[in-house]
This record gives sequence, structure tokens and C-alpha cells, in this order.
Amino acid sequence: MNTLRDGGYLPSGGNSRAILERTLKTTSPERPRPAADVPARAGAGLKSEHIETVLNTSADVGFFEVHAENYMGDGGRPHRQLEAMRDRYPLSLHGVGLSIGGEGTLDKAHLARLAALNKRYAPGLFSEHLAWSTHDTVYYNDLLPVPYDTESLNRVCDHIDEVQDVVGRQMLLENPSTYIAFEQSSMSELDFLKQVVARTGCGLLLDVNNVYVSAINHESCPRDYLNEFPMEAVGEIHLGGHAPDTDDHGRPLLIDAHDREVDDAVWSLYAFAIERAGAVPTLIEWDNDVPSWPVLLEEVEAADRLMQRTLSASYKEAM
Amino acid sequence: MPVSTVSAAEFSSALLKPDEAAPRGIVGPDGDISPKRFNVYRNNVVVSLSEALAQTFPAVQNLLGDEYFQALARAFVTVHPPQSPVLLWYGADFPAFLEAFPPLAGYPYLADVARLEWAWLQAYHTADCGPLDPSVVVAIAPEQLGAARFEPHPASALIVSEFPILDLVRQNRFEKNDTVSVDLKQPQQVLVTRPELDVKMTFVQHSNAVFMDLLLKGRTLQEAAEASAAADPEFSLSGALSDCFSSGAFKDIIVQ
Repeated sequence: MNTLRDGGYLPSGGNSRAILERTLKTTSPERPRPAADVPARAGAGLKSEHIETVLNTSADVGFFEVHAENYMGDGGRPHRQLEAMRDRYPLSLHGVGLSIGGEGTLDKAHLARLAALNKRYAPGLFSEHLAWSTHDTVYYNDLLPVPYDTESLNRVCDHIDEVQDVVGRQMLLENPSTYIAFEQSSMSELDFLKQVVARTGCGLLLDVNNVYVSAINHESCPRDYLNEFPMEAVGEIHLGGHAPDTDDHGRPLLIDAHDREVDDAVWSLYAFAIERAGAVPTLIEWDNDVPSWPVLLEEVEAADRLMQRTLSASYKEAM
Repeated sequence: MPVSTVSAAEFSSALLKPDEAAPRGIVGPDGDISPKRFNVYRNNVVVSLSEALAQTFPAVQNLLGDEYFQALARAFVTVHPPQSPVLLWYGADFPAFLEAFPPLAGYPYLADVARLEWAWLQAYHTADCGPLDPSVVVAIAPEQLGAARFEPHPASALIVSEFPILDLVRQNRFEKNDTVSVDLKQPQQVLVTRPELDVKMTFVQHSNAVFMDLLLKGRTLQEAAEASAAADPEFSLSGALSDCFSSGAFKDIIVQ
């Protein structure tokens, strides 16, 4: 897929050299990668029904990511399986329930559980969401949207400081997929994320499917968003499938469902992002209507191939 | 027009009230109010929590059918939303909710089926712990045994029901492809344990269940044996002890 070169998305002149350097160096001074032992390859979200096949076939996958909350039981088979996986593969730990964007204080017990999992499994990457899910002790089990105003910015930064203090490491913050906007928002999502990074020193998890879903839902341009995204802070990329729907006025409304293959439009945005960010660990998320392992593996391999092709195209362009 | 500010309290309160309008200040791309967009969040909350319940109570789901279970889960989620982000622990109130749900009054076994599935889940996730080695018990001086107490294994739970809950759970969850015959008049007592990684569900005779229940509550071996024998003249201490040890119900014996 050479559309990236032909499409002329590469910045011209001296910027190409910067891309080349980021591409070829595994570590670069302006890009401290928090991923100590997760390689810049594609990985898969771990599903318990796949574990046996993955281990028996020694699947060639860059890394696996788990949802932290699924491993917060005290013992038993889930931990036994995760330990077996950890012995064989780099691991990424992805929290889905900390409610970093919440109005209240962070749940100390939950934060302690996250810290304990980090300590026990020493994952190469650790991430959470720019979203909230708990209010007044009730947990809603969804990634709810945060207004982009000064008040939430201060709160999110305080919460991330607390997370990084307690867990004792850098976290990556994931950009959300959203279906609505808030009248009270006073800055763009990008400005919000950039300020969070500047103030807390956290990294970013760039979910390219979320970029696409939000852009369609809010009638903005996903490539403009990616052009401005602070790629130097990106430690991981997510790709996943979305479900098409329409809103009250018949306008397209995409749902971040993680229930199918990655959409062609998202693959193309992924190449665009990789071209700017260089090689980044990339996860395929498929959490609902989970397919058989070979189908998921195919998506992972497709991401690996696209990352390699894009980088070698960038390399040739830069020469 | 002044800008409407939406608090998390307003947003979250509207999430569980499908008939209410979306809070003012939540907008689509034109700045218009957009009920369907807000409903995506409402739907995500209820559907994902219902799925969490279905994962914990698959036998109840199978007994009720998907459609009925969905409607029931929706009702439960609205009244008992989770209090923790760890959904492994969500649903402790579901058995009592089933019991008190008037339309299901004709299916009184459902609550106990749910209790057994809840105990199964707790056992599955509990801390790793080896069961009591029977040779430790054999080595204790006979005169000390009567006053001995047993420390329950963290996975152990005894579910006593007027209904055949073990057969119902087998039929609707673990052995769905086999023919499990269920006699709804047969009461069943089920001991749930996890000596290694696999959760075991063992049927225990009524008098043995009385005995185990007392031991699990911390009564001495002698107290438990006497009470069991009084309840059932056929009670066999050696048979009851053998049930306890082979299932891994205890992790330690405490001798005074």
C-alpha cells in the first residue's frame, strides 16, 4: 500500500530526516520510549479462550495486552495463565476502570490493585483512559466523556500525578472515542492532551480507531487530528473495529464496539500515523464477538506488515 | 445563549433513567441536543453490565432464555449498579434479587442456582491454597481430635437448597450437551471447593452437610459429630470426614 507516499502526506524538506531518524533509531533523545520490553511490533488483546492455542502454537506475536480488572482476583487459573503468558511474551497492562476523568478522588483501593499488578507482572507498558466511569461509588462500566475545560484538565493532571506516584512508573493515557461534545468545553481534545503530557510527563496511547470514530461523529478531519497529535509522546497504538450507526438526524454515528475487523479507513489512518510516529507497539483490540485465534492473528500480522511497508516507504522517500 | 454546564452527577443520573431527556449542554456536531448520541452511553452501560451478569450466571441465563435474562439483568443493573470497577465481584445481590422478583415467584429454584454459580465464581478466583493433608489429621492423638477445629479453605462454600441445584447447574452450564435428568422435587446440598485450579462441586448427603456446615462455622469436631448424629441416626462420622478431606474443604486443623 503505497498511498502514503503517493498521497503526499509526508512533511517536506528537513522534516523527512526527522522521520527517518525516528524510524531507524530504536531510542532517540526526543522520544524516550516507556516500552522497555514491548517491541515496536503488533500485538493482540489477550482473550482467555485463545491462551491454550497461543501457547501450544508458540504464536509469533510481538506482545499481548490484558485488561487489568480481569486479573484482580486473588488467585486461580487467570493468574496461572497470565504467568505462563508473561514467561513467553512481553506484556502490556491496560486499565479500564480507574476513572481518571472522574469528578471525585481516585479509588485508592483500585489504584493499589493496579500498583500490585504492575509489581507482580512488570508489564512493558501500562495505560489507562481519558474518561470517567465511576461517580459517587457507582461504577458504570463505560468510558464516559470528559468536558475539555480547565477544571477537568486540572483534575485529570492531579489524578495522573497520583497514578504515576503510586504505581511508580510512567503511564500512557488513551485518547477517547466520543459520541457527544460538551457545550462547556473551552479547548480542543488535542490541546487538552498536549497540556496533560506537558504537566504530568505521562505518555500517550494513540487509539487510531478512536481518532476515526470521534472525527466522523464530530464531523472533523482525522488526518488533521493526527497531523497535530504529539507523536513524540506516543508509546503505543491501538487499532480496533467499530460499528456504523446514525444519529437523530441521519448523520453517521460510529460506535467503538471492538467487535469486528479493523476498518479500511482506520488501516489507512494507521499508516499515516506510523509515518509520523515511526515504529510503535500496535495492539489489535477485539473484545466482543471474539473470533477464533487465527482470525485475530491475521489482523495482527496485517498490522505488522503495514507498519513495515510504511516505514520502508518513508525511508525511501527520505533518501 | 448561555452555555449549559453538565456535571458528572447529572450525566450519571441520566444514564440509568432511559425515559429522561439527556442533560442540557450535551451536544452533537451542530451544537444541537442529540438524544440518540447520549443513548449510546446508556446502552453501553446497561448492555455491558448485563453481559457481565450473564458471564457470572450462565445457568440462570440458560434457564430463563436470553431475552428474559436481558430484561431481568436490565432491571437488576438499574437498582443494583456495581460499586467497584472489578466486575468479577459484581452480582452478589443477584440471587436475593431473583428471589424477590415477583414475576419469577413460580421458579423458586433460580435464586439457589444463582447462589451456587456465585460460589463457583468466588472459588475460581480465590487465593491459591493447598487443601489439608489427611495425614496431618491421622497423626493427631485420638484424645485431641474431639476438641479440634478446622480452618476452612478460602474457596469452600456449602449451598443447601430445597431444589436440585447441582443437577440444574450441570444441565444448564457445564454439561449442556449431555442429558442430565433433573427431579425438581429433590433437594440438593452442594459443597464448592477448589483444591487446585479446577472448581469442584460435590453433592453431599444431608447429614454430612449439617456436619460440614458446623465445621465450616468453626465448631469442634465433637460438637459437629454430635449434632449431626442427633439430626440423623444413620450419620457416619468416617463417611462425613472422608467427604470433607477428599473435596478439600479445609486448609488446616487446629488442635487445642
